[in-house]
Amino acid sequence: MHGLDLDYMAALVPILLRYLPLTLEMAAAGMLCALVLACLLAVIRVTRVPGLNAFALLFISFFRGTPLLVQLFLFYYGLPQVLTFLVSINGITATILGLTLHFSAYMAESIRAAIVGIDRSQTEAALSIGMTQSQLMRRIVLPQATRVATPTLMNYFIDMIKSTSLAFTLGVTEMMGATQKEAASSFLYFEAFLVVAVIYWIVVEALSWLQKWLENRLNRAYQR
Amino acid sequence: MIELKGIGKRFGAHSVFEGIDLSLERGEIIVIVGPSGTGKSTLLRCINFLETPDAGSLTVGDLTVDTTRATREQILALRRRTAFVFQNYALFANKTALENIAEGMIVVDHMPKREAHSRAREILERIGLADKADAYPASLSGGQQQRVGIGRAMAANAEVILFDEPTSALDPQWVEEVLGLMKQLAAEHQTMIVVTHEMQFAREVADRVVYMDQGRIIEQAPPSELFTAPKDERTRQFLRKILPAQEGV
Repeated sequence: MHGLDLDYMAALVPILLRYLPLTLEMAAAGMLCALVLACLLAVIRVTRVPGLNAFALLFISFFRGTPLLVQLFLFYYGLPQVLTFLVSINGITATILGLTLHFSAYMAESIRAAIVGIDRSQTEAALSIGMTQSQLMRRIVLPQATRVATPTLMNYFIDMIKSTSLAFTLGVTEMMGATQKEAASSFLYFEAFLVVAVIYWIVVEALSWLQKWLENRLNRAYQR
Repeated sequence: MIELKGIGKRFGAHSVFEGIDLSLERGEIIVIVGPSGTGKSTLLRCINFLETPDAGSLTVGDLTVDTTRATREQILALRRRTAFVFQNYALFANKTALENIAEGMIVVDHMPKREAHSRAREILERIGLADKADAYPASLSGGQQQRVGIGRAMAANAEVILFDEPTSALDPQWVEEVLGLMKQLAAEHQTMIVVTHEMQFAREVADRVVYMDQGRIIEQAPPSELFTAPKDERTRQFLRKILPAQEGV
């Protein structure tokens, strides 16, 4: 038992922070792609596009039904053996791909629920004044669905930031990978992992504040 | 001019009504009365294709549509010639009172936003809600929401406004202000078809009252005739049931 090596911890912070941008970039890229894919899947589910609907169901079922780590190994170590053109896939791309597919499955369901939750009579009102389906979606349904879905989508984003730490298992030196290396050379495992835990924590707290602010803004129209 | 010819509607095996004929002149005000579940609202919803009729043709202004083979364009054109006021108001929850009224003018009529907003303000003035322009539906009373609903219909500049039990969902204290606004529109010779249980309104405002029962138009006449000397036994029974109850209020 020894006391915490505070000097070591303080020195570690700037080293690890150098890898924070990569962590955030992977999460942001994953979130962006996942949002697009999730919207697509949600619209397919809501409008029940024949054929595609069954595919969407299968997709959602698989990516929600298997662990993210298994999916990442499948993409990085497994797929290139089958699809040889993927041999050159790097760890970062594989991580973003995995995060995208995994989280889009969850997000599709919450977006779908938000769309379905919009009062049917507003749809009728929009049609009754002569709006087309796409005008109705763009101007009435999606703005309201966005508001309903935002809190859960933000939660998924936070989850995604933390999940980028799995990239180190694919050999990517992001924040977690860097910590692992530092700890292995100093043998101060507790200090090193405590520092990285606190960094993740602060980032997530900052996002939670952003989430609250965003929700308040989006809720303005609904306050009595 | 509005004309319904042989309009029919069925849900699965159940026929709501068939062979409905009804016509009205520009500026005419028709009130449809009758027991619940006789297809009054469904008929109204067929006129702008919120329900798709299974038979018959519809004429609104210069547009005639064979309902069994209506194209997407015809349905849109029909909806642009009609406006609808819903029982539960159905205001756009993400838009202010002003935006609810201006929305159709901007999106459907492609009016510049400024012009649409200034027209919407005029309408707010007419419906007595000039001070609520920036209020969202959630902060308005039921009566105010329904007046905005009527304002939105007025903004459509439609040949006819269809009212589907506009006061049925309202707390009693808001009913008068909504009926008052409808009377004001009637005085301006707005063509309207109103489905309602407000017999007093029918008596005062309607040019013609249509009595519907079990999916059929039983009789239609000016209120002075229909309420005092109904020809059909079913109409008599209906009026006996509903009139004393309302007169007592």
